Amino acid sequence: MTARELILGRLRAALGGAEPAPVEVTRDYRGVGSVAADLDVFVDRLTDYRATVHRCGDADVARTVGAVLGGRRVVVPPGLPRHWLPDSVTAVPDDDLGVALVAAVDGVVTGAAVAVAETGTIVLDAAPDQGRRLITLLPDVHVCVLRVDQVVATVPDALARVGPHRPLTWISGPSATSDIELSRVEGVHGPRNLHVVLVAGDSRTSTGPDGPAARG
Amino acid sequence: MTRSFLGMPATAPPDVGHLRGAEPFPAAARRALSDAQLRRNLGHATATIRSRSAAVIGEVPDWPQLRAAGRAIKTDTMARLPELLEQLEAAVTAAGGTVHWAADAVEANRIVTDLVRAAGADRVIKVKSMVTQEIGLNEALEAAGVEPVETDLAELIVQLGDDRPSHILVPAIHRNRAEIREIFLRAMPGVDPALTDEPAALAAAARRHLRQTFLSTRVAVSGANFAVAETGTLAVVESEGNGRMCLTLPETLITVMGIEKVVPTWRDLEVFLQLLPRASTGERMNPYTSMWTGVTPGDGPQAFHLVLLDNGRSAVLADPVGRQALHCIRCSACLNVCPVYERTGGHAYGSVYPGPIGAVLSPQLTGIEDNASLPYASSLCGACYDACPVMIDIPSILVHLRGRAPHPRAEATAMAAAAYTMDHPALYAAAQRAARLGRLAGRGHGLPPPLSGWTASRDLPQPPSRTFRQWWAER
Amino acid sequence: MMRVALFVTCLADTLFPQAAVATVRLLERLGHEVVFPEGQTCCGQMHVNTGYPDDALRLVRRHVRVFAPYDVVVAPSASCVGSVRHQHATVARGAGDERLASRAEAVAARTYELSEFLVDVLGVTEVGAYYPHRVTYHPTCHSLRMLRVGDRPSRLLRAVRGLDLVELPQAEQCCGFGGTFALKNADTSTAMLADKMRHVLATGADVCTAGDASCLMHIGGGLSRLRAGVRTVHLAEILASTEADPAGTPVGGAVAAAPTTGGTR
Repeated sequence: MTARELILGRLRAALGGAEPAPVEVTRDYRGVGSVAADLDVFVDRLTDYRATVHRCGDADVARTVGAVLGGRRVVVPPGLPRHWLPDSVTAVPDDDLGVALVAAVDGVVTGAAVAVAETGTIVLDAAPDQGRRLITLLPDVHVCVLRVDQVVATVPDALARVGPHRPLTWISGPSATSDIELSRVEGVHGPRNLHVVLVAGDSRTSTGPDGPAARG
Repeated sequence: MTRSFLGMPATAPPDVGHLRGAEPFPAAARRALSDAQLRRNLGHATATIRSRSAAVIGEVPDWPQLRAAGRAIKTDTMARLPELLEQLEAAVTAAGGTVHWAADAVEANRIVTDLVRAAGADRVIKVKSMVTQEIGLNEALEAAGVEPVETDLAELIVQLGDDRPSHILVPAIHRNRAEIREIFLRAMPGVDPALTDEPAALAAAARRHLRQTFLSTRVAVSGANFAVAETGTLAVVESEGNGRMCLTLPETLITVMGIEKVVPTWRDLEVFLQLLPRASTGERMNPYTSMWTGVTPGDGPQAFHLVLLDNGRSAVLADPVGRQALHCIRCSACLNVCPVYERTGGHAYGSVYPGPIGAVLSPQLTGIEDNASLPYASSLCGACYDACPVMIDIPSILVHLRGRAPHPRAEATAMAAAAYTMDHPALYAAAQRAARLGRLAGRGHGLPPPLSGWTASRDLPQPPSRTFRQWWAER
Repeated sequence: MMRVALFVTCLADTLFPQAAVATVRLLERLGHEVVFPEGQTCCGQMHVNTGYPDDALRLVRRHVRVFAPYDVVVAPSASCVGSVRHQHATVARGAGDERLASRAEAVAARTYELSEFLVDVLGVTEVGAYYPHRVTYHPTCHSLRMLRVGDRPSRLLRAVRGLDLVELPQAEQCCGFGGTFALKNADTSTAMLADKMRHVLATGADVCTAGDASCLMHIGGGLSRLRAGVRTVHLAEILASTEADPAGTPVGGAVAAAPTTGGTR
């Protein structure tokens, strides 16, 4: 008997061999699309967890990035919009850079898949404008550029917009710990500086109450 | 012993792992209670986390609905556990992962050790994981000549201090900043002797200490917070980025997971990702949550192994009342609100699972004979039930387990006699009078055990001149 | 007028009759008839919570038999009402006695803790009491978290003439009694008691009250050992107290404070 057969046999015996009675999961919590995203709340949450927030138009992204990372070496995912990068940074394109090379750069600039206003969370799904997971992990400064229409209200909204088939990283502020006397301290192993550049959309400056379509 | 019957639910084997204490709870608690520094550290830390958690839970208007949904999803999961595990296995395998099944701690340790050896590594980096503590994986790896490096700050403090974890979320909760500084100065190679006890400075020291290890280690071991049967996705919730390092940088990732951590669907994560951080660290969302499905070409470990562990869980599932303990998402909220935990700390519970949830989980995993004092390590105040984000009725399970615990013979005799007396009103009234006379004679001091436990610190009430029923009869 | 069956609880019957007497007087003063079913003894909570559900079964059966004939049952104890409401049917089902379980549920549905009965059933918070003391209220765990009586006791206390109600810091924390927990884990229980006493003393109150004689026995026993000069008095005694018939008998504080106690008749 394999361990697999043994365990499954034990579990079936534990349940008494009967067909499981169906369990109704009532989902009367705030689900997808039930709340409008509030950008002010998003900014407040990010700031509360020591992220730095910049708000600008699409044309000003490069200048904003330059103010944070000007004069420094910056790893760049393959699909990052080129006009987001100022001339003042030294771009290091990620074409399967070795770990040591990524660890040696000063910062990283990425886009994001979606963001959650209520929790101040940005979600990366390793799309071309975000790149491999390690490039947002090793450099000490992460600048994440986000269009306002990527900001949703709640965790259910965000989860509905991403899928399981690419690795996901949910980021809420810089790396932190509560391990010393249960007080929150920012800055352990991940990037110690998180900048979120919130870019006004073309036609709207905030997500309306009907919100973006699920899985948009 | 049910172990001898193949296919029957089995408890966790003795002599491996950390589910059993060396002494009963009251004895261990007595020692902990006399440690004034420990009391102060615990009181400060638990008060901090309670207020932080209450504040962020207060922001969520649908918290009760989320809790109820969390409970329902877990109840559904346990009812369908075998089929969900098979579904998980198929999904992980389809995504390029390899699934291993471990009936107990011994098997899990052997599987992990063999995988590390096959990868040619003599060192592994570890993300904080309760389940690898439970099975004693570090000891097994060391015995096989493999160095396990704990990368979570609190686990590092525990490992460098040659100490034991005392809390599910914050294993070094029993240490304050000054003690942590001393441990770092003593045991962290190359540490700056001018290190201060500022938490930020201590965190920075850990960052420097582990950086090169992260970049150069080829195998990582993690636990899992959730595993989605539908998609084969694993999720690890963390704060420091050490988890991301372990889940991203090495060539080989080995995840050890208790079988109860499976959830049916992707959508179910929307419930638990809201419940866990607010109940656990008191954050709206923890800094980092990583989710991965099998292997992603060109991104992260190219070999992924998932070890599914029973180690007594099937025995817990076999108890229709006690199986609720398997719903636990390891947030530690019940520890933080527990008046017993706050005063004794986690070591008194003996098991890696301390506090109220440990008092119901450990005895069920080991068989109640091996942790018989734990179900009694509670005043049944109910604070844990209120705090639990998945509404585990811990007080009811405690009472249920007390009914299954072995009882001292003298106590059992006295209890049966008391029940008999109380079922006969005339005897009962006579006993009331006798007790009163006895008390008048003895004046309530120096009672024999176990009643001496009362009079050691409290006076007994003055016996009334009449019982109520006498008064009623005479009015 | 209602006919109320008093569920006295074994503890109040034997050691704290003044709380039970006060309950009778209060309900009679409010114009209701109180009866005392003499076949009652103990609800069995101690047996259940100590791990003896089989021994408790006979006490559950007795309790259900004794109280089944009554429309309203009232007890000056949240803990014992909690056992009736949350444990009796479970004990019966555990023994495979479904008929007893449903009868137990029927009795439980008609059983009230005193403050619940006053506020929810009778709809009163002003009961005509007079108690000129500085009082702090400890919400016992079973009042707070099992029965969820909420602010009912505080509302009743605030309406008492002459009473100065002061808030207890960290009131929601357990006092450390927990039935046989106080014996089996005496050291931990004492550590919890120490903090509860510290908070009680910090209020400057001269009386600590609660809805459970058991917790008051614990807190009062500790305060008495310290000679703290603060006494414990059951909520029912305060609510029964009037100018003409002031509450005489402290409960737990009786050891040091009052040499003779008893029926207060």
